[in-house]
Amino acid sequence: MNVAQSSVRAEHPSAEPLLSIQKVEKCFAKRAVLCGISLDVASGEFLTILGESGSGKTTLLRLIAGFEQLDGGELWMAGERLDNIPAYRRQVNTVFQSYAIFPHLSVSENVAYGLRAKNVPRNEIPSRVAQALAMVKMSEFAQSAPSRLSGGQQQRVALARALVNRPRVLLLDEPLSALDANLRRQMQVELKSLQREVGITFIFVTHDQEEAMALSDRIALLRAGRLEQVAEPREIYGNPRTAYAAQFIGQTNLLRAEVRDGTATAGSIAWPTAGASGPATFSLRPESIRLASETHQVVSAAHATAHFRGQIRNQTFGGALDLLEIDYGNSHFIRARIPNPGPLMGQQNFEFDAADAVRLLETSDA
Amino acid sequence: MYSRAYKATVTIPPLLWVTAFLLAPYAILFCYSFWSVSSVQVIVHNWNLQNYAQLFRNPLYLTVLLRSIRIAGAVTLLALLLGYPLAYYLSFHAARRKDLLYQLVIIPLWASYLVRGYAWKTILGSDGVLNGFLQYLHITHRPVEFFLYSPFAVILTLTHIYTPFTFLPIYASLEHVPRNLVEASHDLGASPFSTFVRVILPLSLPGILAGATFAFVLTLGDFLAPLLVGGPSGIMISNIVVSLFGAAYNWPLGAAISFCMLLLVVTLLFATERLEKRFTIS
Repeated sequence: MNVAQSSVRAEHPSAEPLLSIQKVEKCFAKRAVLCGISLDVASGEFLTILGESGSGKTTLLRLIAGFEQLDGGELWMAGERLDNIPAYRRQVNTVFQSYAIFPHLSVSENVAYGLRAKNVPRNEIPSRVAQALAMVKMSEFAQSAPSRLSGGQQQRVALARALVNRPRVLLLDEPLSALDANLRRQMQVELKSLQREVGITFIFVTHDQEEAMALSDRIALLRAGRLEQVAEPREIYGNPRTAYAAQFIGQTNLLRAEVRDGTATAGSIAWPTAGASGPATFSLRPESIRLASETHQVVSAAHATAHFRGQIRNQTFGGALDLLEIDYGNSHFIRARIPNPGPLMGQQNFEFDAADAVRLLETSDA
Repeated sequence: MYSRAYKATVTIPPLLWVTAFLLAPYAILFCYSFWSVSSVQVIVHNWNLQNYAQLFRNPLYLTVLLRSIRIAGAVTLLALLLGYPLAYYLSFHAARRKDLLYQLVIIPLWASYLVRGYAWKTILGSDGVLNGFLQYLHITHRPVEFFLYSPFAVILTLTHIYTPFTFLPIYASLEHVPRNLVEASHDLGASPFSTFVRVILPLSLPGILAGATFAFVLTLGDFLAPLLVGGPSGIMISNIVVSLFGAAYNWPLGAAISFCMLLLVVTLLFATERLEKRFTIS
């Protein structure tokens, strides 16, 4: 529980991952929910499983917790087989989406539940409960009945109840989804600092990509039971592998281009690119596009900047960034986010760095 | 807001109904309990407490009342011991067989009470199914008499009849135990047994109380089972009331006993309802 532990970062997972998910498969009523998921989680990592509803993210979490049985593959924790151990013997704790606070027990009895179940010495329990409640700022509610707590407070109790057991891995199933926007943002910050403080591995399930980017060391993007991409937030945002990843995480423009002799062409826009010739889809983030002054039309080889001209079709004021919808020819639209451009009209010149146009893996449904 | 006319139309008919068919009969019963029967078998309206005094003076009534309470207690205990595991199994482990098993528990309720009573008479009688079976196996050599016409037979019959009434509220309360609480308990390291004791059982207490109340109150007031299978040693308080209102022709005494029973049952219902509320967590 010190700052030193928080420096255990996940950029380079050590040789021995804490949790190893190997070719995991799960079916419900013969419908495959998870199809061969393989994923290693390092000690102290904050990993987010991100996906739409029905992508299988909660199922994956429930398999790790032990509430569901695998239909294929293996789970390993610290070199020991995990998937044939019953849930109550796993060193894993869960924060449930609906909190699952025991209604017939007080807040402190709820937090003490796991310690009692594991036969922690009786004289040790009160101090550990008090410590856990202090950690989530709920000390004053120790004797309260759960029914008298708000959603956010129940959330904190659920967190304390899980963390007091000092699990090796904490599983969080959309724990913030029931909170209103402000509380949610506040809890995100607290959750992240709490995770740094205790140094416990967090596996966090959410459908909210902003939440995933704000909290995670790594994001595992799940789509229809398969891993679409596993990477750090910056990497997955800057270099999405597929059109799905590019669109799910942040906003983007998908440019369907033709690549020939090191140049990609999408309508009136052309930019230099490496890679094989043929049709290709590129992702270009709206904020990568800048307004260009007409005098700098020369393409400099060093910077490889792409220029194009387009008609402003729509401008939405957004405070710091304005959202522009630009028609770059034949009613092909591209969206741009530009800082404080002032009112724009008619034809304008735009530019972007060719490196910001990320070539995506061709998938059948792109 | 509802109009006065609407409120009147929905409240007056049930009020009239309750007054005419519940409150008025109870009031009449209450009056009867203070009257007496003359030597020429006529009920005279001379107000006195003789009936209540006799209730406590004559040991017969207290003996039978205590026996009734003992039988009701035994039936309640047995119905809980049979009904709870069944309800637990159905609610938590029956999976696809749940609906079928539930129907199997309910179906006997559709058969007439009398039929079930007579069935036990047939089973327990001296040339009944049970004795025939025991003799066939050479466990006994002559019919065992004490199966039928004993408190044992009454307890057996009433347990059979009232277990579904105990099962139903327990099953309902178990169905209301949020399954994620069970998962949370396992998640926190509690074994299935410990989870049952610390989560499922406390949360099903309202159902246990309701089920126990059903079995106890229904048994306490039962008079058909003792009539069919009880014999002289299995007589219960309601049988006495029936005979006082019938052959013995002492309506005032019958009314006094009835009124005491009513008081007992209402107190019991009131107490268990209070308890149920205490154990029910919103």
